[in-house]
Amino acid sequence: MKIKCHRVASGRASGPALVSGQAISFLGNVNPETGVVVDPAHELFGESIAGKVLVFPGGKGSTVGSYVIYQLQKRGLAPAAMINLISEPIVAVGAVISGIPLVDRVGEEVLRIKSGTIVDVDADRELVQF
Amino acid sequence: MYLSREEEAIYQGEKGETLRRMMEILVALGDSYGAEKLVPVRSVQIAGVSYKNIGQAGLEWISDLRGTVAVPSILNPAGMDLCRWKEMGIDEDFAEKQQQVIDAYRKLGVAIDCTCTPYQIYDSLAGPGDHLAWSESSAVSYANSVIGARTNREGGPSALAAALVGKTALYGYHLDENRRPTHRIEVEGDLRGSDYGALGFLVGGMVRDGVPFFRLPGLQAQPSRKDLKALGASMAASGSVALYYVEDVTPAPPSLGEEERICLGRKDIDEVYAAHPSEGVRAVALGCPHCSATELERIARLLEGRKVKKEMWVCTARKTAEQNPHLVRIIEESGARVYCDTCMVVSPASERLGKIMVNSGKALAYLPGLAGVKVGLGSLEECIDLALGRR
Repeated sequence: MKIKCHRVASGRASGPALVSGQAISFLGNVNPETGVVVDPAHELFGESIAGKVLVFPGGKGSTVGSYVIYQLQKRGLAPAAMINLISEPIVAVGAVISGIPLVDRVGEEVLRIKSGTIVDVDADRELVQF
Repeated sequence: MYLSREEEAIYQGEKGETLRRMMEILVALGDSYGAEKLVPVRSVQIAGVSYKNIGQAGLEWISDLRGTVAVPSILNPAGMDLCRWKEMGIDEDFAEKQQQVIDAYRKLGVAIDCTCTPYQIYDSLAGPGDHLAWSESSAVSYANSVIGARTNREGGPSALAAALVGKTALYGYHLDENRRPTHRIEVEGDLRGSDYGALGFLVGGMVRDGVPFFRLPGLQAQPSRKDLKALGASMAASGSVALYYVEDVTPAPPSLGEEERICLGRKDIDEVYAAHPSEGVRAVALGCPHCSATELERIARLLEGRKVKKEMWVCTARKTAEQNPHLVRIIEESGARVYCDTCMVVSPASERLGKIMVNSGKALAYLPGLAGVKVGLGSLEECIDLALGRR
């Protein structure tokens, strides 16, 4: 299946999907030294986001979250790519400074992708395939 | 978003990787806020300086950048006085990390002035109608409201992107349509000194991210620049107000309409003081936002020839202190400390102070959450009387 999207941060990557219907605050929700979701209240609690195509509605919380995405990337623990319904500045800036492909303006059907499905995100051509 | 040929070339990476990433930040934000294009900025004030706030993650990002800022750029306050950190009780590890953050900014050509009051130390950074990319919430409020310049409240990466590219995306407070008042605040009676901070503390909580238009018919004297600084700072802390107007005092709004009306009086302001009493105060901290030369002079006059009995901080910009060495000497001879580059809100050193007395609505809003301390609110005179053990 091919879906049109909008490029926020350039690049192309693929990997197994990790899907959540809940917004993510990278500061607090994710451990920057392990890449694991550590907030027990989050539905991805205990999951590693490293190497995944992380699909979620958008970011929330502190703007320091942008730096946390960068720190994850430097440690090889960041998502391979990200898909948002609508990107807000924290995740958008985090993806850009980290060189992680990020797209948004996709339909809610992306939240129904099963976790583990291999998804290809081509931000430059504004195309998601799975 | 429209990009000129030159901007497009940067976006495609023709001017190097750092600038490409910086342009990508501006475009990502511009797209997400519906900006039509980029606009040149006169100056930038960069957030993300205190190591307490940005941590290892932020330090690594800034250290990895290469390039030179395109427009005059200065910094937010740091987590410590860059010279007298030991005296403040800052540990060596924190000091080393903080110094690395400062060095990384210096390499990018950023002026190492760490202050929330850029307008008090340089006249050349902002004038009426100028587009800016400033970060610190009280500086943003002052620039928009008192100077009549135009800036959004930038985050660390977006401010640095604006500094390196020399431009910002045209949206938010850069546009007239977002600068119209949302609330009309009528205040009965007179206001003095810390009343402006107390009023701002109240109004920020009520209007949140709105644009209040104040009518102050009962004033005995026009509000001074320090009064407006305090009013804006506290509204930006208890709410997220980035622009306000005071009738016949600040630059006028583009238009007035049917704003929501709120009436306040002396009783409301007195309740803010009553809710934050001075009992149990162990230290006094002034200079939030950073003291101007006029404020240093007032404090020096009240302390001259006397000795403080409690720990007392006076926070200001290094340039302001350097330009007024005689005032700094008088204040320090009392036993109080003039700390530069930092303040009680961003320094981890305030966590050890216990209950702190302040004259600032902004410090009142932030200290309990950020430093985990209790706060008392009073006038400048009350704060100094407490420090001197006269209350």
